[in-house]
Amino acid sequence: MTAIDTEVETAAAQALPATFRDWFRSRGWQPRVHQLDLLAQTQAGRSTLLIAPTGAGKTLAGFLPSLIELSQRKTQPKSPTTKSEVSRLRSTGRGVRRDGGLHTLYISPLKALAVDVHRNVERPVADMALPVRLETRTGDTPVSKRQRQRRDPPDILMTTPEQVALLLASADAPFLFGSLRCVILDELHALVTSKRGDLLSLAMARLHRLAPGLVSIGLSATVAEPDDLRRFLVPQPMEGEALASLIVAQAGAPPHVTLLDTAEHLPWSGHSARHALAEIYELIRQHRTALLFVNTRMQAESLFQSLWHLNDDNLAIALHHGSLDVGQRRRVEDAMTAGKLRAVVCTSSLDLGVDWGDVDLVVNVGAPKGSSRLLQRIGRANHRLDEPSRGILVPANRFEVLECTAAVAAVAANAQDTPPARTGGLDVLAQHILGCACGEPFLAEDLFAEVRSAAPYAGLTRKDFDDTVDFVATGGYALKAYECFAKIRQGVDGRWRITHPRVAQRYRLNVGTIVEADMLKVRLVRARGATGLIPRGGRLLGEVEGYFIETLTPGDTFVFAGEILKYEAIAENEVYVSRSTATEPKVPSYAGGKFPLSTYLAERVRDLLAHPRQWRALPDQVREWLEIQKRRSLLPGLNDLLVETFPRAARNYLVCYPFEGRLAHQTLGMLLTRRLERARLRPLGFVANEYALAVWGLGDVEQALRRGDLSLDTLFAEDMLGDDLEAWLDESALMKRTFNHCAIIAGLIERRFPGEEKNRKQMTISTDLVYDELRKHQPDHMLLRAARADAASGLLDIRRLSTMLSRVRGRIVHKALERVSPLAVPVLLEIGREPVFGEAADSLLAEAADELVKEAMQ
Amino acid sequence: MNLFSLPVSNGEDKQEDRNSALSPLAGEGWGGGYATRAVSPDPEKAPARQPHDMTIAGAALIADPAGALYWPEQGLLAVADLHFEKGSSFARRGMLLPPYDTAATLALLTALIARYAPRVVIALGDNFHDGDGPARLGDRDHDTLRGLQRGRDWVWIAGNHDPEPADNIGGNFFAVLLVGALTFRHEPSRKASDGEIAGHLHPAARISQRGRAIARRCFVEDGRRLVMPALGAYTGGLNIRHHAFRAVFDALDFRAHLLGPDRLYRFPARRCLSD
Repeated sequence: MTAIDTEVETAAAQALPATFRDWFRSRGWQPRVHQLDLLAQTQAGRSTLLIAPTGAGKTLAGFLPSLIELSQRKTQPKSPTTKSEVSRLRSTGRGVRRDGGLHTLYISPLKALAVDVHRNVERPVADMALPVRLETRTGDTPVSKRQRQRRDPPDILMTTPEQVALLLASADAPFLFGSLRCVILDELHALVTSKRGDLLSLAMARLHRLAPGLVSIGLSATVAEPDDLRRFLVPQPMEGEALASLIVAQAGAPPHVTLLDTAEHLPWSGHSARHALAEIYELIRQHRTALLFVNTRMQAESLFQSLWHLNDDNLAIALHHGSLDVGQRRRVEDAMTAGKLRAVVCTSSLDLGVDWGDVDLVVNVGAPKGSSRLLQRIGRANHRLDEPSRGILVPANRFEVLECTAAVAAVAANAQDTPPARTGGLDVLAQHILGCACGEPFLAEDLFAEVRSAAPYAGLTRKDFDDTVDFVATGGYALKAYECFAKIRQGVDGRWRITHPRVAQRYRLNVGTIVEADMLKVRLVRARGATGLIPRGGRLLGEVEGYFIETLTPGDTFVFAGEILKYEAIAENEVYVSRSTATEPKVPSYAGGKFPLSTYLAERVRDLLAHPRQWRALPDQVREWLEIQKRRSLLPGLNDLLVETFPRAARNYLVCYPFEGRLAHQTLGMLLTRRLERARLRPLGFVANEYALAVWGLGDVEQALRRGDLSLDTLFAEDMLGDDLEAWLDESALMKRTFNHCAIIAGLIERRFPGEEKNRKQMTISTDLVYDELRKHQPDHMLLRAARADAASGLLDIRRLSTMLSRVRGRIVHKALERVSPLAVPVLLEIGREPVFGEAADSLLAEAADELVKEAMQ
Repeated sequence: MNLFSLPVSNGEDKQEDRNSALSPLAGEGWGGGYATRAVSPDPEKAPARQPHDMTIAGAALIADPAGALYWPEQGLLAVADLHFEKGSSFARRGMLLPPYDTAATLALLTALIARYAPRVVIALGDNFHDGDGPARLGDRDHDTLRGLQRGRDWVWIAGNHDPEPADNIGGNFFAVLLVGALTFRHEPSRKASDGEIAGHLHPAARISQRGRAIARRCFVEDGRRLVMPALGAYTGGLNIRHHAFRAVFDALDFRAHLLGPDRLYRFPARRCLSD
């Protein structure tokens, strides 16, 4: 035993009760330093953030304080009461004081994780025969059990943010949470970056008020800004800020990450990594169990499909992504746990959570996008702290080689680039306000103070709050038409309360911030026979986004659930498909990744480009590519923006390299073409990828620059984010989609449920139409403000574009070329490869209609 | 083939085209079986229109891109499925939609009446989203409506949403109205009926061109009868390949006229896609 071990042993002897000490010993374990530190902090009543790598016993650390306290309590342990006892002993009426509420609440972002953690914590409880009752509560929990839990709660409840919101919106909340001692927030880094984090923060503010002595524990992987999470855990004062304590566990062995050293030709563009398939397959053969991460569901489908083409050994290779049927996903997870699989192709659906022991290799196919994301994925291999996780990166094209190389360096430096903390959304606040009114009547003054104590809402203005209350009450319209239909109303006591129990019922059905894209169930049927009729009720394959199917024509083939399928028909909320004999799907299956390249990694890529001495690490083909670029054009400096212009096939091209991700580039492309249009340079189109943007047109931009008719500083000036952006946003389909999400979260329109699809012409309303009217009549409406705030950081990534434009001011380097440069090839190759969106709807309609006329007149 | 081209013309009216051209996820706002309105939200700013003629049972008619029908011979303007007070109808059930739909629909009507100065206006049923709609009509909207009715005949046809005549909304109420060779009614009749002009179905059509699907509201006709698009601001669309249309038209032997901002686009039914 080393000196440190002895020290820990002594500390443990003092901190842990004998039962726990013996249990650790019986398992052959020792309490880790961070586990004991967290215990000490919690016992001192201090909320704490624990940052620890996977495999460090984080979950046990989180539960240890509660288990110890519960094992030492004086009162009789709770035993499940029978139904008749519950109804006899416990009144649930408003204002009735009861005891026996929850002791500890565990909140996780994933249902599956809550269930898994329940299993893991049950073990020590059973081993030590602790008098502690643990239960889970998720959307899958039967209604009868959920009702019983409200009357007769367990000591420890494992659940999700949505369930907590539901419990808080009931009259039982003061009873359930009044005695709460501890809240454990698992995978906090993943929760706080979304609207679910906003909802959770508001729930936490309420919990801290209901149970003033509450201690919160945040469990997280490493993050860029731990203070964001520390603020999240504790109520924020009106002035200044409050921080939870911080414990950082000792890091495990550093991960071992390399680039696949491919012998094949590296593609110029594309995302399939087809060139490396044989080498990936070989890696699977050489390892016990491999996880293959990709960035999109489509890529997962395509990689899975291609690997099975090569799978002469019939290795057990499975597929896992969020759109697959739950049953199918569970079967894959179970087979994985049982060690029956050699490889799983997966998306971010497996970034988090469930422990799978035996993975000995993680392969990341395509761009890693960010250092933290990559670290988390690679951490999925080898859940033992003392052995290094092994990861191999497979870039799918040359730019991705640069990104992967930068990522390897970032991982070696253990650099974190998790997104910054959010400003709480007003749509989520609207949902919370209605929930509060469903629970108990509130005074606006008190609720405003409570909401402001949640870190994401610390900067909330009283006006925004009041507008949101007004929205919840009557829609918040300038035209006061809906007073008689108010959902909440202020009583003579000044308190806001719901106007009808129906309002609470509706709230319960619509709670949550996850807005599923209009998902359609995919069923496998036999192909349309001679009768032309489609047999109904085939096997369920999973779900697919409605907007994807809407671009298809019956007969089109696409890849889904690992097969090439033929689209047959759609009926209500189901899509009917049949097996296709096609070898190549007709519809291109790549859709842009969900996550943009992180700002941090982008900077590293620019740094790599700017410094040729770092190129030694690159594969020969890539180094050669950059060297030719250097000779023929330029390589931009670290903080410069390179702009190239060249003619090609009777068009004039302008290509720039901001490295800010596809979303920001698309927004930039739209704004640039507007400006070029005004400068009469007649732009015709543009295409963007993660690294670059190409615009082309009829006018000679190079000549205009040379003559001084146009300057790049003006073209890229930040003021493009003013009126041009506003004008475009208002009509943008992305904006409409963002608005739709806000409208659902805020409760303006209701979610659709299975079985309610019939007669939807009358029963539902298109938010696009609502958006148009609202924008015309009340452009500053709270929901439009919420949607614009979302657009800034979401699908349009305006914030990032703005940072880039200010960074490159005065640092734009122009290179006039006679032909396309090596660096420009990848982005130009994307032309025609992407799904068709480039033509305006009306010119397409005119073209189609006029073609028919021509045909008829011949 | 350049699939990414932007309109070359510099007309301001093309701006929306550019926008959708640049939205990778542009889906034509199709969620839940809805066709979006063609982009011309502001009737006052609408550009000059090309007349779009159609003949139903021998009557020479003009279809307006806004979704209305004009019969010059009779000085008659027909509109379908106004669904006034749809917003407040939802509000009653807890969804507090913006209360601006009635005013928006009335503004569209005002522009149409200014354009054609009709002697007769026929609203083809589902004029109000529900039977209590007339009572919820705001004072300003009420005044606007009365102003539109002044100096002309106004006909409310009964719809399934508003089968009974309502007080205080002016005009005359009919279940069915015959004018010359044409019959105006809300629901298309089951039996083939020459010269029938109906609404009710909210027709919309989907066209695929260069791999991109586009959905729009439309007129549907086979030369004998016509189903008009819905005009109301919050009204959605039903695909003309839906079986409801099979009861009206013979298998695919009909035409759809899709609404654009300043013109209509004519397609044979077989060219239109099902959902």
